[in-house]
Amino acid sequence: MTLTITKIAENLAAGRCSSRELVDDVLARIKTHAVLNAFITLDEEAARRHAEAADRARRAGGAGILAGVPIAHKDIFCTAGVKTTCASRMLADFVPPYDATVVRKMKAAGCIMVGKTNMDEFAMGSSNETSHFGPVRNPWDRDRVPGGSSGGSAAAVAGRLVPAATGTDTGGSIRQPAALCGITGLKPSYGRVSRYGLVAFASSLDQAGPMAQTAEDCAHLLAAMAGFDEHDATSLDVPVPDYAAQLGGDLKGLRIGVVAEHFADGVEPKVAEALREALREYERQGARLVDVSLPNSAHAVPCYYVLAPAEASSNLARYDGVRYGFRAPEYQDIEDMYKKTRSQGFGPEVKRRIMVGTYALSAGYYDAYYVKALRLRRLIADDFARAFERCDILAGPVSPSTAFPLGAKNTDPVSMYLNDIFTIPINLAGLPALSLPAGFAGGLPVGLQLVGRYLDEARLLNAAHRFQQATDWHTRVPAGF
Amino acid sequence: MEWETVIGLEVHAQLKTRSKIFSASPTAYGAAPNTQANVVDAAFPGVLPVLNGEVVRMAARFGLAIGATVHTRSVFARKNYFYPDLPKGYQISQYEHPIVERGRLVITTPAGEKTIGITRAHLEEDAGKSLHEDMDGFTGIDLNRAGTPLLEIVSEPDMRSATEAVAYLKTLHTLVRYLDICDGNMQEGSFRCDANVSVRPFGQARFGTRAELKNINSFRFVERAIDYEVRRQIALLSAGGQVRQETRLYDSARDETRSMRSKEEANDYRYFPDPDLPALVLTEAFLAEVKDAMPELPDAKRRRLGAEYGLSAYDAGVLTASRELAQYYEDAVAAAGVDPKLVANWVTGELAARLNEDGLDITNSRVMAPALAGLLRRIADGTVSGKAAKDVFEAMWAGEGDADAVIAARGLRQISDDFAIEEVVRQVIAANPKQLAQYRSGEEKVFTFFVGQTMKASRGKANPAKVNEILKRLLAP
Repeated sequence: MTLTITKIAENLAAGRCSSRELVDDVLARIKTHAVLNAFITLDEEAARRHAEAADRARRAGGAGILAGVPIAHKDIFCTAGVKTTCASRMLADFVPPYDATVVRKMKAAGCIMVGKTNMDEFAMGSSNETSHFGPVRNPWDRDRVPGGSSGGSAAAVAGRLVPAATGTDTGGSIRQPAALCGITGLKPSYGRVSRYGLVAFASSLDQAGPMAQTAEDCAHLLAAMAGFDEHDATSLDVPVPDYAAQLGGDLKGLRIGVVAEHFADGVEPKVAEALREALREYERQGARLVDVSLPNSAHAVPCYYVLAPAEASSNLARYDGVRYGFRAPEYQDIEDMYKKTRSQGFGPEVKRRIMVGTYALSAGYYDAYYVKALRLRRLIADDFARAFERCDILAGPVSPSTAFPLGAKNTDPVSMYLNDIFTIPINLAGLPALSLPAGFAGGLPVGLQLVGRYLDEARLLNAAHRFQQATDWHTRVPAGF
Repeated sequence: MEWETVIGLEVHAQLKTRSKIFSASPTAYGAAPNTQANVVDAAFPGVLPVLNGEVVRMAARFGLAIGATVHTRSVFARKNYFYPDLPKGYQISQYEHPIVERGRLVITTPAGEKTIGITRAHLEEDAGKSLHEDMDGFTGIDLNRAGTPLLEIVSEPDMRSATEAVAYLKTLHTLVRYLDICDGNMQEGSFRCDANVSVRPFGQARFGTRAELKNINSFRFVERAIDYEVRRQIALLSAGGQVRQETRLYDSARDETRSMRSKEEANDYRYFPDPDLPALVLTEAFLAEVKDAMPELPDAKRRRLGAEYGLSAYDAGVLTASRELAQYYEDAVAAAGVDPKLVANWVTGELAARLNEDGLDITNSRVMAPALAGLLRRIADGTVSGKAAKDVFEAMWAGEGDADAVIAARGLRQISDDFAIEEVVRQVIAANPKQLAQYRSGEEKVFTFFVGQTMKASRGKANPAKVNEILKRLLAP
């Protein structure tokens, strides 16, 4: 199972394998590599059944490229009849009665969900260590984190357990684990993919996207996921391009914006070196590097850590033990039930963010924190708009470092938060961005981040695809997989 | 000391949409618990609100009707607090940027007309209900009402008495029903009122500390609750005490208000713009469309009916109390082609009394406008007397058919034939020679005796006008 979706589709179409065989293989590999802890739930019986149905349908003809392809969903997407935990004790036994729009659309495209991947609790974390179900291990080094919050999806794709998985990205949760695990992950423009059925962390920042081996696979997956949804008032009512059909154009004259400081302070020298080499590859293909500046992005992390927790404090208020999910076994009255349920049901990082967010929205602090952060957000977005007057895409690091050891940053939230210093500004600006494998530093994958104009996913995917045509970083598989 | 009462009202009008404000669930009242709540209403993980366009149209219609500014941009905000029947842990409302601001309503009290300012009207969702009965010690949650659209209408503190407050509420109640945006059913909670009440010495510019009265669900209770609260505050202040800013609950059974929570205990709602809902933007074209579709408003209708049909201000007021009643009246006038005042007398008299007795609404009256018109035509053309007409109406109400059928079946047709009446009158005169002598000797009051005898002999069917005329002629010496 080291094949891409594109290759799998060819094999299926040529009758070289069946969907059922693929699903069996995927399930076997997941079990073989259970030590990664990449999955929270497997849906084996349904996956086999759906694979057989896909095989029958294929014989009838007309199957799309994703038909019969096994995939995994991050355990933040609601799946009708299949446990959706958000890696929290609060939802440890929660079975949704409905499918998220992303799940429904991918099902309609023929994807077969084999299970739900591990993640940071409620997507709050950058190392996948806040999961109620234990940390995920990085396939490149099992003593290191896979990144987060979509760590299970990244590790599963990197370990070739599944050809692709979904992720969500609020401040870097697709791109950072993709970088740390050496795969390709795309965070689409805000509004491109429906959030309906995606358990909300920070509504104005959350966006779902694909995680796979290649940009080409991401193009197919995004086409299946994206589009207007009448259940999400923030989803965009604009047509979805055929992303895969737009791959292949050369990069001559492409203006790539580079922020000089992003290759200096705070970025591990070996990471910066790998990234500079990646930029040289782009230059070889005819792209031109342009110096740009994003002065306000320096304030992105504090801005984000006001806005995201503020929204989260409200979004997570529904977990009160009244209607579903965890309820403390013993309590005196309703107030006590709330306190005990939420104290016992949420982990420490989630509680920290709820408290921070509650504080930021409190009377007397709202203007000083929330309103000021909103203003800053606008300034950060304006910087990008100015930069994109001078370039077509931006390129730079995803993360200042490669995968760090498990437990290394657990006790220091701020150093953990700084992991996302390069990814957060993009969420604040609502722009599309992807991470693609761009080399190794000390034997660990390095990710290159490409950022595009609003709704310009096609250009990003093509730029990543052309890079992957000329390099083989994305084909490297960790030892033992 | 002389005290002045200051009252501002907050009305929650439930908008008459088929589905909820942010979900597709139906809004019908009285269904079995939780049968009208979907995953959105129950705030399942991952669900999102989507605004029901119909509520926007209704709020805009209201804003235009009260001469307010209908903002082309308004914002939904989250009001955060924990309560078991509030599934999301926040209520979606409008806070800093409501859809409607700065309107006014003209009320009429015995002292004359007065304009009451309306500060704002904003859209929000209702919460569910906690159920305590038959729950075996548990508390049940019914989410059928959760997400029902509400328009919260906030007045300026412009009212100076409970009477004015009630007049404002009644005027508002009539208006929202005219606009067809709220059914106005107070028992079912479709039209709820909270009152902010304070008192101050006459002549003082500064407002006194106010108490907010909650849970007042009838016009009568509004008056009583405010009166009680005013007495309480005056007694408190007169004794040297101070009014606390607090929320008080009106207990109609004991006719008193009780403290619910003080300002210090009030929640910090941590309002912020709801990131799930883009700002609500209205186009000028949309507002023009709403304006064009505006029905005739109560005030205009009252004035028009008075002028067009020559009605008294009182009758015009009664007949325009609801759009349906006014419609009934105008339909009856058009169908009957008789004096509009006769129609008004019957609609506000017999018909209103009968509806009231049977607890019926004008829309389910047992005698509809065309049928009543049929009866009124028979009064006007002399077929039945006014007295007999009341019997005909009763029969029609009981379902015995239209006016002509009842008149025929019961033989209530009035005798207007001069020869027939003259024949009866001659017999009556011949049978009463003593009274005839009295009359002719100048005792004119005996005339009524002859009228009575004639009507009796004709079994009430003789046309009274003709009886008078013929009696006068034949009794003359």
